[in-house]
Amino acid sequence: MDSVVSDASPGVSPLLDDEEQLQAWQTDRTRAPIATKIVVAGGFGVGKTTLVSTVSEITPLQTEALMTEASEETDDLTDTPEKLTTTVAMDFGRITLDDDLVLYLFGTPGQQRFWFMWDDLVRGAIGAVVLADTRRLADCFPALDYFESSGLPYMVAVNHFDGSERFEPEDVREALTIPARIPVMIMDARRRISVIETLLALVGHALDVTPEQPR
Amino acid sequence: MSSTPKKLPVRGGDRKPARVRPYSLTGGRTRFGHVLLVETFVAALDAPEERRELTNGSLATRVMPEMRAIVELCRRMRTVAEIAALLKMPLGVVRVLLSDLADQGKIRVYGTGHGPGQPDRALLERVLSGLRRL
Repeated sequence: MDSVVSDASPGVSPLLDDEEQLQAWQTDRTRAPIATKIVVAGGFGVGKTTLVSTVSEITPLQTEALMTEASEETDDLTDTPEKLTTTVAMDFGRITLDDDLVLYLFGTPGQQRFWFMWDDLVRGAIGAVVLADTRRLADCFPALDYFESSGLPYMVAVNHFDGSERFEPEDVREALTIPARIPVMIMDARRRISVIETLLALVGHALDVTPEQPR
Repeated sequence: MSSTPKKLPVRGGDRKPARVRPYSLTGGRTRFGHVLLVETFVAALDAPEERRELTNGSLATRVMPEMRAIVELCRRMRTVAEIAALLKMPLGVVRVLLSDLADQGKIRVYGTGHGPGQPDRALLERVLSGLRRL
């Protein structure tokens, strides 16, 4: 069914995070930490959930949004004319960076028909990691189109799968026709160090393109 | 790795230029002007005794009304996305309920702790140092 748009294992999300180690900010209701977020976008099965799980301090949680007939213009419903709503699943994880600073990672499907939820998702975000698989590079084109026009800082992370051909970042950059200032990295979403390096590259890039003076 | 490099597909050759949709959502704003982004923090103002068994289960089987369940969860600092995930409710629905609860004074919307736009340089520097410490 096309309602399954996440590569996360379906079903059980941990109900309450009591098993997880509680962070001090969670139990203090008098003040909230600063919440920042990074969006991880890419095609089905490219490793978004893996990337989020690799660095998240909690077992990633899954939220759903309903897509209604409002998106018919971009969503091809010819194969499923009876279906007017689709569930879009989004996985997210969390990293406490300091007592009062928390980073959320939101993994979201990259197809153009999900753009309706991105406008909302990317508000206030640090930036986006566009996750790509060179065996299905075209799957990340819509996400690139979106972030290029939205003005959100973004980078391309090529999740290198075992046994797949290794390309140089510059080959990927050329194929994706993205400017030299956009970081392109070959990485492994299963390796914590690799994911942290990727996030560092994105935040560094966001810093580069953020003006000194507040708007 | 391989001796015969494959050609990667080139973006943009076969399509019309894409267009970003105009801003079409409500902006996640409540009647009283709270902004409810996915990462916005909320917490109960005066949470009742915890009754875990009532928050247990999916939307269909839960015995507690959604509003009560949300207030229960908000005994801790929670984000909008977290509440949606734990209660297995769509984000849009949770936003509406949170908006009502905020307007009724049952929960407090703390926000994200930074302005509505993209984070400023000072915040980005803090995130960078935080990531480097991991």
